[in-house]
Amino acid sequence: MQGLAEVWVYLAREPLAALTATLLAWLAAMRVARAARLHPLANPVLFAVLLLAGALVAAGIDYRAYFEGAQFVHFLLGPATVALAVPLARQWQAVRASAPAAVASVVAGGAFAALAGVGIGHALSATPEVTASLAPRSVTTPVAMGVAARIGGLPALTAAVVICCGIVGAALGPAVLNLLGVRDWRARGVAIGTAAHGIGTARALAVNPTAGAFSGLAMGLNALATALLLPLLWRLLAG
Amino acid sequence: MIGGLAALLLCQLAGEALVRALSLPVPGPVIGMALLFAALLARRRPQPPEALERVADGLLSHLGLLFVPAGVGVVLHLPLLARDWAPLSLAVLAGTLATIGVTGLLAQALLRRQEAGQERPR
Repeated sequence: MQGLAEVWVYLAREPLAALTATLLAWLAAMRVARAARLHPLANPVLFAVLLLAGALVAAGIDYRAYFEGAQFVHFLLGPATVALAVPLARQWQAVRASAPAAVASVVAGGAFAALAGVGIGHALSATPEVTASLAPRSVTTPVAMGVAARIGGLPALTAAVVICCGIVGAALGPAVLNLLGVRDWRARGVAIGTAAHGIGTARALAVNPTAGAFSGLAMGLNALATALLLPLLWRLLAG
Repeated sequence: MIGGLAALLLCQLAGEALVRALSLPVPGPVIGMALLFAALLARRRPQPPEALERVADGLLSHLGLLFVPAGVGVVLHLPLLARDWAPLSLAVLAGTLATIGVTGLLAQALLRRQEAGQERPR
């Protein structure tokens, strides 16, 4: 069976297989999420990542080989981030009146997120690199990786932590907000966008357009505030 | 549709160029989002162009999918995750949920106060 080996070499070299597997895993995860009536716990990002990570480990495929192909999907994160301006512009009339309160909440919430990460890292005596990787965990992946590199963290670990935070925030955040009696869709959007970046925003957009617009706004503002302020604060506190 | 995609890429490109030219610490797409937002507001019409809306809504309705390739990267960190699992999982779980609670309560209180100040009850 020389043919089979040839097929394998082809599949491993071309981006087609990784790309197809990513889309199929997403479709399967969406089917699970729909079967669970979009319950927050049935988060499609979590299911798709588990499926693909399990497949890579089971088949002994290198992540870098997988990413070669899957990077075409990954690339679209940039244009999608830019596209968040569209729901924001559409909701601008509703957003504008509440902008000062939203901005203040995002900045305070972002600072709280960073302090909580550093505090937990210190309290459980994690290595300095791990603690530095935990500080920027609530902002969108590319910002978090850049900030982590600047303050002595491990960018790749930060990426993994950021995605986990997004999944946890999207899956369990709505329950926390219900428990605390936060029923205002604007406040719910601000909270999810500040703590759970794009993954939370994806969830908010699916549930309520107002929450989605505020979540996108909060995600962008927190990325801006964290990128500008966290390295400065870090230098002040550490130096 | 291509026009909408070109507009998104153009904003991202302008964002990346600005970030590098001025050595800003913010990623290019976030600046691109601010640029597109400013452009949409400058049109002084509430509805964004239809071609742009179609592409933007298409991308955003599957925003979760776009995080999957980076998320699968956890497989690279399995040994580190096994070693430092306690602070990592506590920071992810407790840190994130506490942040959501604090931010949500604060936002709701501030929004109410702001509206009371404007004397415009909801």
